[in-house]
Amino acid sequence: MHFTINGRSYEADIDVRTSLLDLCREHLELTGSKKGCDHGQCGACTMLVNGRRVNSCLTLAVMHQDDEIVTIEGLGQVGNLHPLQDAFVRHDGYQCGYCTPGQICSAVGMLDEVKKGWPSHVTGDLHDAELSDAEISERMSGNICRCAAYPNIVDAIREVAGMGDRDPVLKTAAEIGA
Amino acid sequence: MFEKLFAGGDTNSLTMDAPHPASLLDSGVQGVISRPIDRVEGPLKVSGTATYAAEYRLDDMVHGVLVGAKIGHGTVESIDCDAVKLMPGVIDVVIDFDTFIRNSQQGGETNAPTQGVKEVDYFGQIVAIVLADSFENARAAAQALPIHYTKKDGHYAFEEHRDEAEPCQDSQVQGYYKQGDVDKALAEAPVTLDVTYVTPSQNSAAMEPHASIAVWNDDALTLYGSYQMPTSDAEQLAKSLGVPKDKVRIISRYIGGGFGSKLGIAPESVAAAIASRRLGRPVKAVMARQQVFDATVRRSNTEQRVRFAAGTDGRLTAVAHNSLTSNLPEETYFEPVGICTHFLYSGENRSITHDQVTLNILLSGSMRAPGEAVGMVGLECAMDELAETLGMDPIELRKVNDPDRDPEQDVPFSSRQLSRSLEEGAKMFGWDQRNRTPGSRREGEWLIGIGVSSAARSNMLQQSSAKVEIHPDGSATVSSAMTDIGTGSYTIMAQIASEILGIPVERITMSLGDTNDPPAAGSGGSWGAASAGSAVYLACERLREKLAAAMDVDVDVLTLKDGMAIGDNRQKAISDLVGEGMQALGEIKPGKNEKLHRQASYGAHFAEVGVNAVTGEVRVRRMLGVFAAGRILNAKTARSQCLGGMTFGIGCALTEDLIHDQRTGKLVNRDLAEYHVPVNADVPQLDVHFLDERDIHANPIHAKGIGELGICGAAPAIVNAVYNACGVRVREMPITCDKLLAGLPPV
Repeated sequence: MHFTINGRSYEADIDVRTSLLDLCREHLELTGSKKGCDHGQCGACTMLVNGRRVNSCLTLAVMHQDDEIVTIEGLGQVGNLHPLQDAFVRHDGYQCGYCTPGQICSAVGMLDEVKKGWPSHVTGDLHDAELSDAEISERMSGNICRCAAYPNIVDAIREVAGMGDRDPVLKTAAEIGA
Repeated sequence: MFEKLFAGGDTNSLTMDAPHPASLLDSGVQGVISRPIDRVEGPLKVSGTATYAAEYRLDDMVHGVLVGAKIGHGTVESIDCDAVKLMPGVIDVVIDFDTFIRNSQQGGETNAPTQGVKEVDYFGQIVAIVLADSFENARAAAQALPIHYTKKDGHYAFEEHRDEAEPCQDSQVQGYYKQGDVDKALAEAPVTLDVTYVTPSQNSAAMEPHASIAVWNDDALTLYGSYQMPTSDAEQLAKSLGVPKDKVRIISRYIGGGFGSKLGIAPESVAAAIASRRLGRPVKAVMARQQVFDATVRRSNTEQRVRFAAGTDGRLTAVAHNSLTSNLPEETYFEPVGICTHFLYSGENRSITHDQVTLNILLSGSMRAPGEAVGMVGLECAMDELAETLGMDPIELRKVNDPDRDPEQDVPFSSRQLSRSLEEGAKMFGWDQRNRTPGSRREGEWLIGIGVSSAARSNMLQQSSAKVEIHPDGSATVSSAMTDIGTGSYTIMAQIASEILGIPVERITMSLGDTNDPPAAGSGGSWGAASAGSAVYLACERLREKLAAAMDVDVDVLTLKDGMAIGDNRQKAISDLVGEGMQALGEIKPGKNEKLHRQASYGAHFAEVGVNAVTGEVRVRRMLGVFAAGRILNAKTARSQCLGGMTFGIGCALTEDLIHDQRTGKLVNRDLAEYHVPVNADVPQLDVHFLDERDIHANPIHAKGIGELGICGAAPAIVNAVYNACGVRVREMPITCDKLLAGLPPV
């Protein structure tokens, strides 16, 4: 069978039961996408299929022979990182790193969804989705991070989306004379 | 365990028998220590090129899928392998009733865990491994494998067996402590409190499932595993397999989270090793997420009775914290619920006890901050209740009971900034905005409240070693069997070496997670940075001496910066001083100092929550953690550790609850859809503030543990905030809507 992943052609003879995730991890040496639950519950396997984010453990590889698939390896590489990859490093948007490829692919897909005006559960005006911390958190909640880098993940995405720094909610040590 | 490795070697060894006031990290001029530099392995992680256990590609590798028992207690009478072996791609079914391990081992043990799986002691116990040419074929065969059992009655329900609890006895942690006369103090005190808090079993739920690839080369095993403590794990594995320990090598370069669940070896490691030996091929065994829940380790449920006697001024005269926990038959580990109750507050009469109920449910063991994480729910919520009984501010109550010396052993604290943490946090968080009357602040449907808790976590040092080499080009390599489970070890160990040697971090290569490198305690109990970091420190201290000798200057006047050595008005490149290369080993050992002082890290948690007056839903709106943990080695990764701990606290307070079927022992919620860990939308902006501190009694780098401090007290701060918001005191975790609804004020 034939697949297009990260702009490259791959031939693979695989089982009909093989998930898109296992195709990459077990057959194509693309182990950047992670298996955390194999049930679409954690998001560690998130890839972009024709630009949309997908839990690759929940879809069979044979269904994707005509699709453009992008995994974390295709977004950017060491020395040539995608802006979100770079922002995750600087904002410490990870710890153990296992959910990270999925978080980053998910964030790429998510920002595109907002750009297209797709609403989420927390969108006030269904015709005018606008990025906010609440929108980011809601839309990124399909990607679990047990290390809980969530505040840093939100900060990294904010930066790439051009939202600037968050408003401080606390008094600084200097302000209280400490 | 290090003697052989280091015999005759150039080892700079230090046993912490005395304070170590001077630190090369204070006199270093590279200016990198403590700075919030990015993780050195960061680009690998964000590009998907960091290699986790299941991601090594070996020739001729076989896929193994584990099979768990589908009864809670009984005997495996037979397993019919014949038909399954005829399924497509199936290579073998490996059963070894005697050698398979019944359960994971606890962290740091050097013996095999309980072995033998013909007798089933809990639902999901791993009894076989099916091997095939593909994951799909192995999985299909594993699901089809017929296993015949004889069932026995099991002990599944904690409530039914709580009266059969036995006193806890474990060599590592004190199960029973009594001082003075608690009953008398309670009878005589003007103010008393007697409350019972309950916490459920929890799962670490690290994102990477447990995984092992086993490969034998003649009689030597290499295991690519996801393990926090490779040095002792290799010994556990060797003992389990009956091979000499020098024949087992574990490689754990990247570990997708551990939180205690990967301290000791888990069943997939031994199953993969046995299967690989039998087949003569590499075997990969990755646990399914459900198997991680069923068959690795849980944090025990707890029932905690807390009693206080106090004067009307709030001064405690008696502190009693008596706990019940649970574990499998024959396991001595217990959740040390009262571990910080020993030293957190004053009170001359004390009773801190632990009793264990034997149950046929999964092994209980360490999960992030064993003891404090749930024990402080009982202790710190009870303090909140006592403050209310006294009509006293909860911070003031804690401050008047902040002792000058350890209240049980007559020793000073090595460093302790509990009261200052509470005071600074109160100002930063706006404690003065707190409701004087619970339930009195409302915004639309939401009742708003603020809560506080102390934070405390015992500090530990573990024997660890590291090798540091300076190469002829002036670059360096640091190697140790220490691990980085997301904690930041790669980065902080590079920063320590950089600061002392004056070699930029970019020129330092890190090698961690391989037992072929010098042994180390690994990651657990928040000791990793201090222990392995001190080993790096000591190796670099020796290298400084060697560099001084090579330059012919006194080491005290040697300055190392940006690859240059400066002293006696002379300057030379480090690369010109090392010849063919220069190396040294460093080794730290705990000593008398841990008995001469009570060592712990401290802090304070503040939480603001909203409780929906209509639905009972609880949302955390903001949290602040103020922490003092000695020297902060990297402000960025240390903060992240604290954020992670605080978020575990959100899970503990509001969502996490492992539920076992009381009739069968089967874990009901054994995946990430049903066991609820906090997701992004559950976690608001969290803030972390560190107090400046050095602990000269702890180790030469003056740092204390921080990986667990963030969870210690986080949950009770939220629980206390819920009470302040709505006036309902929930004493059974987690606080789900059903526990609040009946008590909420009329809408």
